[in-house]
Amino acid sequence: MIEVKDLRKTFGAVHAVKGVSFTARDGEITGLLGPNGAGKTTTLRMLYTLMTPDAGQVLVDGVDAAADPQTVRRALGVLPDARGLYKRLTAAENIEYFGRLHGMDAALIDRRREALIDALDMRDIATRRTEGFSQGQRVKTAIARALVHDPRNVLLDEPTNGLDVMATRAMRRFMRQLKDEGRCVLFSSHIMQEVAALCDRIVVIAHGRVVADESPDALLAQTGKANLEDAFVELIGTDEGLAA
Amino acid sequence: MSAMLAVYWKEVRENLRDRRALLNALVTGPLLGPVLFITMMNIAVNRELAKADQPIAVPVIGAEAAPNLMRTLKASNIDVVAGLPDPEAAVRDQRADVVLRIAPDYTKAWNAGQPVQVEVIHDSSRRDAIPVVARVRAVLDAYAKREGAMRLIARGLSPSVAAPLQVADRDQASSQARAGLMFSFMPYFLVLTVFVGGMYLAIDLTAGERERQSLEPLFVNPVARWKILAGKLMAICTFSLVSLFLCVLAFSTAPWFIPIEKLGIMLDLGVGFAAHVLLLMLPLIVLLAALQSLVSAFARSYREAQTYLSVLMMVPILPSVLLSVIQVRAESWMYAVPLLGQNLAIVQLLRGDGVPAWQTALCLGGGFVAALVAILATAWMYRSERLAISG
Repeated sequence: MIEVKDLRKTFGAVHAVKGVSFTARDGEITGLLGPNGAGKTTTLRMLYTLMTPDAGQVLVDGVDAAADPQTVRRALGVLPDARGLYKRLTAAENIEYFGRLHGMDAALIDRRREALIDALDMRDIATRRTEGFSQGQRVKTAIARALVHDPRNVLLDEPTNGLDVMATRAMRRFMRQLKDEGRCVLFSSHIMQEVAALCDRIVVIAHGRVVADESPDALLAQTGKANLEDAFVELIGTDEGLAA
Repeated sequence: MSAMLAVYWKEVRENLRDRRALLNALVTGPLLGPVLFITMMNIAVNRELAKADQPIAVPVIGAEAAPNLMRTLKASNIDVVAGLPDPEAAVRDQRADVVLRIAPDYTKAWNAGQPVQVEVIHDSSRRDAIPVVARVRAVLDAYAKREGAMRLIARGLSPSVAAPLQVADRDQASSQARAGLMFSFMPYFLVLTVFVGGMYLAIDLTAGERERQSLEPLFVNPVARWKILAGKLMAICTFSLVSLFLCVLAFSTAPWFIPIEKLGIMLDLGVGFAAHVLLLMLPLIVLLAALQSLVSAFARSYREAQTYLSVLMMVPILPSVLLSVIQVRAESWMYAVPLLGQNLAIVQLLRGDGVPAWQTALCLGGGFVAALVAILATAWMYRSERLAISG
C-alpha cells in the first residue's frame, strides 16, 4: 500500500508538484493519469526516493520514505522513466545484477529469474545481449529486473510507452496478473483508454495537482459525462498532452 | 559489502566485453609510454653517437693562410670545406652548424709570434650543434696549447711556466645517474598509463551510465550510493592497476632496446624497481580514479566527459616539465605533494640513489590523503539529486 500526503516539489521557479495526495491499495491497479508535463514522473520519483520532496509525506506499507528510504526501496519494484539496460550484458545477466544488489542469494535469484522470464514470455531473448533489443524487449527486461526481489508494491512509469499493439496487450495482461497476485500496482499514463481499461482507481493530475481521485464509475457520476474520455477532458480542462 | 562487490564484478565483467576499454587498459595505456620512450631514446642516443664518431665538414674562411691548423683539423676527422660568403647568416639559417674565420693577417702575425684571432661562428641556442661546436673548439684549444708550448721551448722556458693551474674534472655522477637524467620523463609516462588505463571505465561508469539512462534504475535499488560509488571506483582502480603493471613490465625490457652500453651507463629496471614504483603509484591510482569519476559526474554526456578528461590529462605532465626546466633541490615537503613526490622518488630510483622509507611514507601519505579528499568530493557529487536524472 502506498500513501501519498500533500507532496510538493519545485525546481527553481517551476512548481512541478503542488500538493499531491492519494492512496494506492493492495490488490488494485491505480492509474496516475495526466497530460505530459503534469508532474507524474516527478511524483513517482519522490515515491521511489530518487528525489526528496520539499514538503509532504510518502508512506509505503506504513514506512516513511524520508525516514527509511532503504526499506521503502526494498518494498518497491520500479520501472522508471529511464529504462537504460546494460547493453553488454544479456537480459538474464541484467536481471541477476539487480538480484545481487538486493542481497538475494544465488538460488533465489535463479528461481525468480526463471519465473519472471516465463511470466513475461521472454525466453527467446533471455540469453541475448540487450544491445539492439526492440522497445518491447527492453521494457520486458527492465520490468523483470525491477521485480526480481518479488516486491509487494509495483510502480510503473508509462509502461506502455513506445510499445506496439501486441506488446501493449501483453503488458496489460501482466499488470492484471500482478494485481491478481495481491500486489499494489501504481502506474502513470497519458493514454485515457488504457487507464479506463485497467484501473480500479484513477488519480487525475493536472498542473501538479490532483483534480480527481475516484473509481471509474464515480468519475462518470462526478462529471456527469457518458464516457471516461469526456470525463478526463472535463476534469483537466483540455485534451492537450493526452492521448486517446 | 555484497552489494559493493556486486557492482564491482558487474562493472569488471561488462567492461571486459568492451573492446575499447580493454584495448586502452591492456595495450594503448601500458605500451604507449615505453614505445614512445624507447623510440625517443634511440633517436637521441644515435644522433649523439653519430656526431661523436663521424667526420664533420666545417666551412673555413681564409683557410689558405693557416695550412698547419687545417692539417690538424683534418687529422681530427674534421673536413675543411670552402668558406661561405656570409657565415653569420648561414649559421642563423641553419645551413651550417659552425663556421671558422681566420683573420686575414694570420700568416704575418703567426710568423711574428703575435696572438691572432680565429673566430668560431655558431649559435649556442641550437642544441643539436653543441657537440659539433665542442669538437671544433677542443681541436683549436689543443692546437693553441701545443703551439704555445713549442714557442716557450724555443725560448728556453719550460711549458709548465705558462700553466700554473692544473684543472682536473672529477664528475661524481654515477653512470646510472647519467641515465636517470635522460629518464626523467618516465614518471609522466607511468602516470599517463594509469590515466589512460582507467579513463574509459571512469567515463563509462558515470557519464556513460547516465547517458544510457541506466543510472536511475540503479539508484532505485536499496543500496547506499556510496557503496555503488565504491564498487565503481574499485573497478576503475583494477583496470588502471593492470595497465600500470603491464607498463612497468614493458619498461623493464627497455635496456634491451636502447644502446645504453654505448653511452657507458647502467640501468636497473628490475623487480625491485618495479615493486617500488607500483607501491609509490598506488595512491595515484585511487586519486586519478576518483578525479576521473568526479569530472565525469559533472558532464552531461559521454562526449563531454571525454573532453573534460583530455584537459585533466595535461595536469600530471606539470611536475615533469617543471622539474626538467627549473632544476629544483628536492625539499622534504615536496614528497608529500601527489604527482610531484612520485616524480622525484621515481627519478631517484632511476638514478640508483634509492628512496628512503620516510620519503616513501610521505609519498604514500600525501597521495592517500589527496585520494580521500577526491573520493569524498565524488561521493558528495553522487548524492546529488541531479546526477541520476538523465533527461
